[in-house]
Amino acid sequence: MLKINNLHVKLEEEDKVILKGLTLHVPAGEVHAIMGPNGSGKSTLSYVLSGKGGYTVTAGSATLEGADLLEMEPEHRAAAGLFLAFQYPVEIPGVGNMTFLRTAVNAQRKTRGEPEMSAGEFLKVVRDKAKTLKIDAEMMKRPVNVGFSGGEKKRNEILQMAMLEPKMCILDETDSGLDVDAMKLVSDGVNALRAPGRSFLVITHYQRLLDHIKPDVVHIMADGRIIRTGGPELALEVEQNGYADILAQVQ
Amino acid sequence: MAMAALQQALAARIAGLDLPATGWLGPLRAEALARLSVQGLPGKRDEYWRYTDPAALNSATPPRASAFDSGGEAPVFDGIDRLKIVFVDGVFDAAASDDLALAGVEIDLLSRAMTADIHWAQGVYGRLEAAGQVPVNRPFAALNSAFAPEGVLIRVTGKAVKPISMIYHHKSDSSDAILHHCIKIETGADLTLLENGPAAARFNKVIEVDIADGGSFHHIRAQGRDHDRRAVTHVFARLAAKARFKSFTLTANGMLTRNEVVIDLQGSDSLAHVAGAALGDGAFHHDDTVFITHRAERCESRQVFKKVLKSGAVGVFQGKILVQQGAQKTDGYQLSQALLLDDDSQFLAKPELEIYADDVKCSHGSTTGAIDEEALFYLRARGVPRKTAESLLVLAFLAESIAEIDDAAIADDIRARLENWLARHDHSGAA
Repeated sequence: MLKINNLHVKLEEEDKVILKGLTLHVPAGEVHAIMGPNGSGKSTLSYVLSGKGGYTVTAGSATLEGADLLEMEPEHRAAAGLFLAFQYPVEIPGVGNMTFLRTAVNAQRKTRGEPEMSAGEFLKVVRDKAKTLKIDAEMMKRPVNVGFSGGEKKRNEILQMAMLEPKMCILDETDSGLDVDAMKLVSDGVNALRAPGRSFLVITHYQRLLDHIKPDVVHIMADGRIIRTGGPELALEVEQNGYADILAQVQ
Repeated sequence: MAMAALQQALAARIAGLDLPATGWLGPLRAEALARLSVQGLPGKRDEYWRYTDPAALNSATPPRASAFDSGGEAPVFDGIDRLKIVFVDGVFDAAASDDLALAGVEIDLLSRAMTADIHWAQGVYGRLEAAGQVPVNRPFAALNSAFAPEGVLIRVTGKAVKPISMIYHHKSDSSDAILHHCIKIETGADLTLLENGPAAARFNKVIEVDIADGGSFHHIRAQGRDHDRRAVTHVFARLAAKARFKSFTLTANGMLTRNEVVIDLQGSDSLAHVAGAALGDGAFHHDDTVFITHRAERCESRQVFKKVLKSGAVGVFQGKILVQQGAQKTDGYQLSQALLLDDDSQFLAKPELEIYADDVKCSHGSTTGAIDEEALFYLRARGVPRKTAESLLVLAFLAESIAEIDDAAIADDIRARLENWLARHDHSGAA
């Protein structure tokens, strides 16, 4: 599904290199987790994959089902099936949440040459999905993320993911700012979307989230590279001993 | 300029204009001409014209402006049930207009009514304009009162069942139109006025609106998409107690637009909202100059002006709230904002508050900014193409001004115009 090979990335404005030869393969249907200390480049990876400006790729490649992601505009990456659940979802005053979601769903369909969803059909589906995420009608009417609590913003991200039905979902610290109940709700939302044709890359600091969203593979990232890859037990090891031991072993 | 030169410039400016001084209107025109003679034409050195060059409004003949082909776009307000009054280059077009009859409303043409000895408009024509000349000179309004050959006199005694719609066509490259409308809203009466079209190569228009106790006036105008036209407009409103005044203006393009709104809140518990959305791409200069005076208790005034500018367009906002002694519990709000779509455009703002009462709530804010890149990326990351995403964000920026239109169908119509404009003007900039 997602293949990243030897990816090197620096900041556009300054000579700071952030990703230094990152290689990662996420096969279809699998859930991979990336853990790592602050500043290891986890969020940069999610931004570079989704096409945010401000970064320069100096070497390497990233493909989604064989298509070169790095050559595409952000909207085409989304239409190709890539989804980033933002660590800090953006507030957009003046744009209604429902309008935004419907515009996004139909824009992707149009790009892919599929028929647009009718207003009635859309409303029915969105109500259904919002209900399971405990998002009420009032939240759908409000401007995108404006006045939403931390938990509401993250639930709204998962609702977008459920509506857009992407193939490759990147969750950037979706657990940050969530209480125990909210984390359960969000995790249930993610787990409901697990499917053979859909992959996940879960970026997190804590093992906690991985108790709810069980990964197939865990990667440890440090200084712009994947330094270790293992099974779910690797997350437990980090939780118990911190990153120091692993970093020491590598060096 | 020396005094003699100023007099000469004024003489040249008005040389070609008729002063049809007959009937009730005669003395009022003479008074207006006297005001104009004292004031003279404005110059660039005038504080009130610091950001807008009046040269094209001062010249004896108007700069040429070719009529504009608006392509396939249907005229604004087309789908709204209304009474149409049509002007072509400032001349009334009877054939294209509806019968000037509407229940609860008296409608007269200025050219027909002015020969009478007495008329209700005597208490309005030039009177509100004259009152609005203090403390700031508005010479183009005085010129208008003196020389306007045509206009519509509307007296509303009940609730008008449908809006009155003035349509201003521009066909001649050298037309120099002057129109003067008077509107009197009697106690508890209610009128919506729609205006659209560029009117002429050069257009000078005054509307005076006198609203009695509990009366209500709603005004929505779209100034047409002509690129070359010049316009100077004034709205003078006087509100008695518990009266309501709401005005929204959409301005797209235009070499020069100066819209002045002067509101006098004389009765308590009245409300005046003035809003505008302006779009400029290229050699476009758009100036909103607003002066609101609170004289009575518990009145609310609100100014919301939003401008979207690109490729060298210039936006100007001069807005003042004056709260007189005794106007306690005044609630005044003023917002002027510009969204610059590239580095070439500029926004010049002069917000002012002057307050002589001690128990009031007044706020003002003015901002200039670019499209929010974070929001743009968020939308694109969800699959919304760049152009659509930018349009969404621009419309979101304008939303607070459009919200000042009460009628949902009219607001939708205006919103559609904005979307069309944005679609035509690819605003992704040089990038």
